[in-house]
Amino acid sequence: MEVVRFTLNGDPVEAGVRAGETLVQTLRERFGLTGTKQGCDLGDCGACTVLFDGEPVLSCLVLAADAEGHSVVTIEGLSNGEELHPVQKAFLDEGAVQCGYCTPGMVLTTTALLDANPDPTEAEIRRALSGNLCRCTGYTKIVRAVRRAAEASRADGRGGE
Amino acid sequence: MEAFEYASPHTTESALKLLGGRWGETEILAGGTDLISAMKDRVTTPKRVVNLKKIKGLKRIEYSAHSGLRMGALVTIQDLLDNKVAREHYPALAQAADGIRGEQMRHMGTVGGELLQRPRCWYFRNGYGLLAQYQGKSLVPDGQNRYHAILGNSGPAYFVNASSLAPILIALGGKARLHGPEGEREVELRKFYTTPMKEEDREYVLKPNEILTEILVPPDKGGKMAVYEVREKTALDWPLVAASVVLHLSGGTVRSARVVLGHVAPVPWPVPEAGQALEGKAVTEEIADQAGKAAVSKATPLSQNGYKVRLAHIAVKRAILSAVKGEA
Ligand SMILES: Cc1cc2nc3c(=O)[nH]c(=O)nc-3n(C[C@H](O)[C@H](O)[C@H](O)COP(=O)(O)OP(=O)(O)OC[C@H]3O[C@@H](n4cnc5c(N)ncnc54)[C@H](O)[C@@H]3O)c2cc1C
Ligand code: FES
Ligand code: FES
Repeated sequence: MEVVRFTLNGDPVEAGVRAGETLVQTLRERFGLTGTKQGCDLGDCGACTVLFDGEPVLSCLVLAADAEGHSVVTIEGLSNGEELHPVQKAFLDEGAVQCGYCTPGMVLTTTALLDANPDPTEAEIRRALSGNLCRCTGYTKIVRAVRRAAEASRADGRGGE
Repeated sequence: MEAFEYASPHTTESALKLLGGRWGETEILAGGTDLISAMKDRVTTPKRVVNLKKIKGLKRIEYSAHSGLRMGALVTIQDLLDNKVAREHYPALAQAADGIRGEQMRHMGTVGGELLQRPRCWYFRNGYGLLAQYQGKSLVPDGQNRYHAILGNSGPAYFVNASSLAPILIALGGKARLHGPEGEREVELRKFYTTPMKEEDREYVLKPNEILTEILVPPDKGGKMAVYEVREKTALDWPLVAASVVLHLSGGTVRSARVVLGHVAPVPWPVPEAGQALEGKAVTEEIADQAGKAAVSKATPLSQNGYKVRLAHIAVKRAILSAVKGEA
């Protein structure tokens, strides 16, 4: 057992982890944050995506021990209480969710994309989401949701000044 | 995954002291995108894992007109793509990096790990060993070999090197800087990869107690370059074949040409035959096609992968035409 301390969805946390325990296991099993999905467990699907210091990573390939001192955001950390994050709202409004298994990863990858590039083209959206597999939607509505989220965030940004 | 001792040293020197003298006893961890999945599949079961990510000096990327590009082994694929100077001088290197898809992979995967990623051969990944042997004989020639080697495949290895960056770095004349217990050495990437002869061998000359610290690429000197990949899927998979080309032209004719194929052999595969087909000539579609044909003239496809010969031929042709047009 090794103790790791990191910031999880904005709060400082600590956990005892096994050698070889991956971050997805720690998040799901020790913190009960089951929004992060363990799909292929090998880097092939993106369902386990979380934000690590703001960047999307595959938590199935990150050792929990490597979270020490870093900041991790899971899908549970995105909304503001009952108020959905603009990306979550856009996915809901566009009907970009079917079974929902890929959705947390899609939403987090999109969040990172829009932070870096607030006005992505369709090609940029598809490129950014290329590491997130969806077996249900055919991606069209997901791409539309990302566009809608981008528009909403930009409108928000302008209104806020 | 089997239990292991985990160490995160802060310097290369202290990391070196933690490495063992035999492959498999200890493993080095960078981004983990290959190693962690290999450990889950018990392709390797190290007793100790040495994490390099705390070593600050290995994340630098710099360019000078005099010495060219230096990339620390821990530079991520994304860092490379974000580096304007590297993109400007080596557009085809950025092109190859861009082929590695998934934001997550690009943020996690390091240049060092990319160059040292283990083969994706499904026999290897499913526990049959690097040489995929059963009762002293390789399972590949009579087995499921559609993604396996079409060149350099006289045995005992039939897998293909999986790296997207190695072929273009070889075409650019890149070198690897290695740090071991006896000090540092530089190896040309062209000579860095080797075909294993025994199950215990690895696919490169790096020793188990050495660390890849830097990649050095000489100045580009006005070379025209391109990478052309053929993929079954645009994401979440490796190319079927890829061709990397670096050309130097003078007055419209090719003065020198380096062509290196990826995903066709157990090592990145330079094809001087293709270069010779170009040298002294002005590049036309026909000449590029002849170079493509020359590139695969020695191919010996297995029972299911004859299609890769044609793909490699066309990839070389298109990479050459794309380099001349400056499309990279
Ligand atoms: C779905 C999927 C698709 C992919 N597609 C592509 C593709 O198209 N093209 C491509 O090239 N790659 C592809 N990859 C592979 C990816 O690029 C590599 O896994 C990644 O670059 C490895 O880097 P890493 O830092 O995560 O390496 P790690 O997993 O940390 O290490 C990989 C290997 O290198 C060794 N190592 C790492 N750094 C050093 C060092 N500095 N010194 C000595 N040894 C070291 C490790 O011991 C290990 O054996 C894909 C991967 C996945 C999962
Ligand atoms: S569960 Fe991590 S990539 Fe599929
Ligand atoms: S909604 Fe089912 S996998 Fe994407």
